[in-house]
Amino acid sequence: MQEADKSNVILITGTNTTWNHPVFGGMIKKAVKEKGVKLIVVDPRDIGLAKLADIHMKQNPGSDNAWLMGLQHIIVKNDWHNKEFIKERTEGWDDYVKSLEFYTPEKVEEISGISKEQLFEAAKLYATAGRGAIFYAMGITQHSHGVDNVMACSNLQMILGNYGVEGTGVNPLRGQNNVQGACDMGGLPNVFSGYQPVANEDARKKFADAWGCKLEDMDDKVGQTVTTMVQNAGASIKGLYIVGENPMMSDPNQTHAKHQMEKLDFIVVQDIFLTETAQIADVVLPAAAFAEKYGTISNTERRVQYTNKALNPPGDAKHDHVIVAEIAKRMGCKDFPETVEALWAEIRKLTPSYAGISHERLQKLPGLRWPCPTEEHPGTPVLHGGKFSRGLGLLKAIEYKPSAEYPSKEYPLVLTTGRLLQHYHTGSMTRRSKVLEGIMPSGMIEINVNDAAKLNIKDGERVKVSSPRGSIEITALVTKKIKEGIVFIPFHFAESAANILTNDALDPVAKIPEYKVCSCKVEKIVKNL
Amino acid sequence: MENKISLTIDGKKIETVKGKTVLEVARENNFYIPTLCYHARTGKAGKCRACLVQVEGLMALKESCALPANDGMVINTNTPAILDLRKMIVEMHLSNGEHNCISCERNGNCELQDMAYHCGIERPHFPIEHATMALDESSEGIIRNPNKCIQCGRCVRACNHNVMHEVLDFGWRSGDMRVICDDDKPMGESSCVQCGECAQVCPVGALTFKNAKGIGQHWTLDKTKVICTYCGVGCSIDMYTKDNKYVYSLGTEENWEQQTNKGMLCVKGRFGFDFLNREDRLKTPLIRKNGKLEEASWDEALDLVASKFSDIKAKHGAGALGFFTSARVTNEENYSVMRFARGVVGTNNIDHCARL
Repeated sequence: MQEADKSNVILITGTNTTWNHPVFGGMIKKAVKEKGVKLIVVDPRDIGLAKLADIHMKQNPGSDNAWLMGLQHIIVKNDWHNKEFIKERTEGWDDYVKSLEFYTPEKVEEISGISKEQLFEAAKLYATAGRGAIFYAMGITQHSHGVDNVMACSNLQMILGNYGVEGTGVNPLRGQNNVQGACDMGGLPNVFSGYQPVANEDARKKFADAWGCKLEDMDDKVGQTVTTMVQNAGASIKGLYIVGENPMMSDPNQTHAKHQMEKLDFIVVQDIFLTETAQIADVVLPAAAFAEKYGTISNTERRVQYTNKALNPPGDAKHDHVIVAEIAKRMGCKDFPETVEALWAEIRKLTPSYAGISHERLQKLPGLRWPCPTEEHPGTPVLHGGKFSRGLGLLKAIEYKPSAEYPSKEYPLVLTTGRLLQHYHTGSMTRRSKVLEGIMPSGMIEINVNDAAKLNIKDGERVKVSSPRGSIEITALVTKKIKEGIVFIPFHFAESAANILTNDALDPVAKIPEYKVCSCKVEKIVKNL
Repeated sequence: MENKISLTIDGKKIETVKGKTVLEVARENNFYIPTLCYHARTGKAGKCRACLVQVEGLMALKESCALPANDGMVINTNTPAILDLRKMIVEMHLSNGEHNCISCERNGNCELQDMAYHCGIERPHFPIEHATMALDESSEGIIRNPNKCIQCGRCVRACNHNVMHEVLDFGWRSGDMRVICDDDKPMGESSCVQCGECAQVCPVGALTFKNAKGIGQHWTLDKTKVICTYCGVGCSIDMYTKDNKYVYSLGTEENWEQQTNKGMLCVKGRFGFDFLNREDRLKTPLIRKNGKLEEASWDEALDLVASKFSDIKAKHGAGALGFFTSARVTNEENYSVMRFARGVVGTNNIDHCARL
């Protein structure tokens, strides 16, 4: 993020940056307004950054793979691609180019609603301006073809040689303060810390030895994801231990998710408030909040930072790692690490990319970016310098896939979901904040003025929104800032929960739900007097 | 190194490198030069003239915030002429507006008060005009007191060039000039997003945080550096607390250029942490008994969790248990849950909300 003003052109898509990563949104604004960086925004809404974009393309939700590949179609046709980079650093060109043939400007216009003239302008600007960076967030990934969308971004960067130098790259903006760290630490079904695969016997042996376990006791199969664990509740999954998560609010198709959770034999929730999920738990364990503990956190740029303890936890609340160690001890594990220091030492020992990051160094520095293999290593701000981690970068042929659900006669509008500036995720923290709740006390549905007129809905009126999965009541925000045919609902508000409506269709690889596209209808609420 | 220069400040020889201002060199070496309009994060403005220094060989006094430090310079920061001038600046500000410190939120943390203290001003020379302008308390987070404003312009520059929200500006003319939001709307009705950057850089009590009002003077608060718990930017925050309660947040000013947020915050990082003080925080373990969650001891709760996990594992295998770790807890805690799931229970069913 420090490198935003080193780009010549920035492509923003699937991120409402000034609301969801506001400080970084400001840095992009500064780069554009004061450093002359060009900006392309692709979003169906007039998000804050759209105002200063050189080009704002409003795509139909679910068409990202099409316009991304369409840009590449135009780039290759016009010979704007970086042949040297493609030759030296990538493979898969032939299949890839063949797959581009489908994405003619006309076809892309039909799918995405972006005119072929505008797409050409964007392709020209992006390909010829110099160093280009892509920033995206959940608007790219939360689709039943989210992985294809990410691959399409990476293809675009590879054919332009936009890798390995400051101001380039594919840069996902992480939505939670330590989502990077949770991944780095192996909070994923397929890898130990440092992305060492569980399917690899050497990796399993390394961790088994360090933990004093027998190799044959280690699970050698990739585990289930959050979404599949909920889907398999009552079947293959009997008990859940949920630390600081609120799936009852954050999961798609909430009514179904609730029904699934009720099938479990045993749910433990460890949290700071009695969240919607804690309310259905068998055991609730009170945990310390972020300012009540110390340790390390890894931000979206892989920057590992040290956070200090400012307060004591309330009442009998305990630190998460202390609770985990207590349960481990009771289950017969005698040497489970009990302190932050012991855990950190073990992480550094077993995770090469974190080996050089000591608490002492972090206390003196504003963070270190991994890989940082030794105590002398300065950290690594830019990845993929000399080569990609898999060696040659793979140019991936991408077959167009539509979203799982499209508008129908009964549900004629497309619903997309996201966050507001003032609230955060399921609202368990921000909705308990006086100022934030004061500014934004309730949810709303953003609906285009023309759609609202057709439905005879006025700004500020209560409406009923339904999808094939359920319905909610919410206040209408009638605006020109959203494309016709599309409505937007933030998912923070339990009393008008967007996730009652969302579709639980998953990406086949990443198992990420399709929060960004489902069909719905909006109706005026007629009061019977 | 040809970059090296040496200069003399108040008789003391100082070695430094080229490219800094006299003010920066002086402050690095603990010389007191006040500034009202200059702030490290909003840059020089050349308005307040509080930072004037005398350069030997030059007739006029120079603004140190805008003066490049050169080799061989001889600088004086506290000649009688400079002290007289500073005193005059403070006197003028004190006479213009309502600078009564007694219950001001910035008492003890005010750059104008500091200047008055250094100048030894007990009672201002000029007659004091009384407060004439109404407070603006229309916004959720910030109180604007135009009577305390010294029109230094820091807030205007911060709003337009740091956080880029482009809300604040100077409006009206000459004696009526003041800082306005949009086209002179109350802050709460303007396009202001309440990031609070303006209040952070304000040198006086013209812009203060509503949530901190009356809770404690600056010197009664503790400051701790924490990393924000909201989005993935990882902003560094100086969190102010008192009696184990959260009071307010500032973006970390120390080494701000290297911080990921460069000293800035958004509305959530600024005002979104009062949930820490809530009475409805979970304070004791709860166990469901006869369909209701009831308070329990830690031993009871932990024993139950351990035995239930062991039962499920014995009956259905380790793969019947699933673990949701959290993108909100530290690396050490995530690792601990990971080690527990894989090393103690023996399952790879572990994930977190990266997908949600």
